[in-house]
Amino acid sequence: MTHSQSVLAGDRLALARLLTQVENNAPDGRIALTELFPHTGKAHLIGVTGAPGTGKSSLVNQLALHYRKTQNKRVAIIAVDPSSPFTGGAVLGDRVRMRDLAGDPAVFIRSMATRGSLGGLAQSTAAMSQVFDAAGFDLVIIETVGAGQSEVDVARLAHTTLVVEAPGLGDDIQAIKAGILEIADILVINKADRPGVENTEKALKSMLDLAHPAARVFQHHGQAMPTIAPVQDSSSAPMWIPPIQRTVATEGRGIAELAESIARHAAHLTHSGDWALRERARLEVELDALIRETLVNQFMEDISQSQYDAALEKIIQRNLSPWDAVKLLMNGRSK
Amino acid sequence: MTEKKIRVLVAKPGLDGHDRGAKVVARALRDAGMEVIYTGLRQTPEMIAEAALQEDVDVVGLSILSGAHMALTPRVMELLKANGQTHVRVFIGGIIPDEDLDRLKEMGVAGVFGPGASTEDIIRDVRMAAAG
Ligand SMILES: Nc1nc2c(ncn2[C@@H]2O[C@H](COP(=O)(O)OP(=O)(O)OP(=O)(O)O)[C@@H](O)[C@H]2O)c(=O)[nH]1
Ligand SMILES: [Mg+2]
Repeated sequence: MTHSQSVLAGDRLALARLLTQVENNAPDGRIALTELFPHTGKAHLIGVTGAPGTGKSSLVNQLALHYRKTQNKRVAIIAVDPSSPFTGGAVLGDRVRMRDLAGDPAVFIRSMATRGSLGGLAQSTAAMSQVFDAAGFDLVIIETVGAGQSEVDVARLAHTTLVVEAPGLGDDIQAIKAGILEIADILVINKADRPGVENTEKALKSMLDLAHPAARVFQHHGQAMPTIAPVQDSSSAPMWIPPIQRTVATEGRGIAELAESIARHAAHLTHSGDWALRERARLEVELDALIRETLVNQFMEDISQSQYDAALEKIIQRNLSPWDAVKLLMNGRSK
Repeated sequence: MTEKKIRVLVAKPGLDGHDRGAKVVARALRDAGMEVIYTGLRQTPEMIAEAALQEDVDVVGLSILSGAHMALTPRVMELLKANGQTHVRVFIGGIIPDEDLDRLKEMGVAGVFGPGASTEDIIRDVRMAAAG
């Protein structure tokens, strides 16, 4: 049996090893990915992002439990934590909050460090999601700390992105700065047992109104019930207005409602044609990244260090512009 | 291209209540450039082996202060083996009486670190074990 066949057959050790190879961008991993690719495209990718400590891991734990109990879906979790920029090491602690999932063979949790490189994280997360997808996991939940561009990129991979806030952090402003609200399909106010929920919800709502002037928010049982606006946008498909969902992850409150919102979003994506669009955009980004990487590698292989050094020297002497240098090097390629 | 990162699971089996030592070791290994998966308190051997498998670690570090090392260690090693993770090296941290040291080594434990062990020693031994 080849490595990819073992993964398809449900061998968990083979799956774990392949995830490592894929994360390390090893040649063996690429071979297996190629074989697995026809089996991908089925899983629902859910991104969960937000400021540190807002309760993302606790929420993922509860969501996964919910999917296991009510729908018998197979759930994979990729939990990303930052690497130290100084040592390259990392402490990956998200599993601490996911102990309820232990012992369930239909759940697979994988921790992952950002490892510094910007585009690289999104690329390896995408590849790891594909492995889970091919291995038959119905849901792939990706937790990232919403701190920078790389996390935003990872969130873009997902069909549905949850942005998690918590009251009293004073981080609402930061969240807008990082552009993180724009990627939210669902806004979660976790720790709704804490004081300040009203203020957080108010702040989020007013920001949503800015982003979606057509938003219609109805009051229902005293709680805001954001709905899909009946207004038609230019493409004449109903617009998705990110609902705001309150949860208490530590007690499992609001989880069923959150799962319902996620399901509604998936249905919306399918009906509006956005699912196919996102799929296309995702694969396009992946293809572009691969083309770039391949071209750069090819270039490096074809150009000798001395050719490169000579060109650089001329540039430094102002005898050659960087643009002409590239032309020269490209033309002088041995192959 | 990317060098293979050493991945270590730091786990705290048994019922005793604090994980200060385990956290110090986790941070020291991180500062040495390793990726440390930290799983928290009160882990059963089954949970530890499952995490080691999913995370595809090279090394498992068990912090055991309860005195239950002679019960917990062989169970973890058995489960790792049953999962096919025969290459994973296991270290123990904690207060281990001298008379147990040899028996732990016989079980295949790669090393034992008492309270006096320096982080330099731990990092060096873990690196060596991960290199195979
Ligand atoms: N009061 C309260 N505490 C919560 C809730 N959800 C999570 N917590 C606590 O908040 C802390 C952080 O929770 P995590 O789930 O680790 O948060 P996280 O966002 O994954 O954290 P990082 O991955 O470190 O960014 C823990 O102590 C949780 O027990 C909640 O709904 N209410
Ligand atoms: Mg977390």
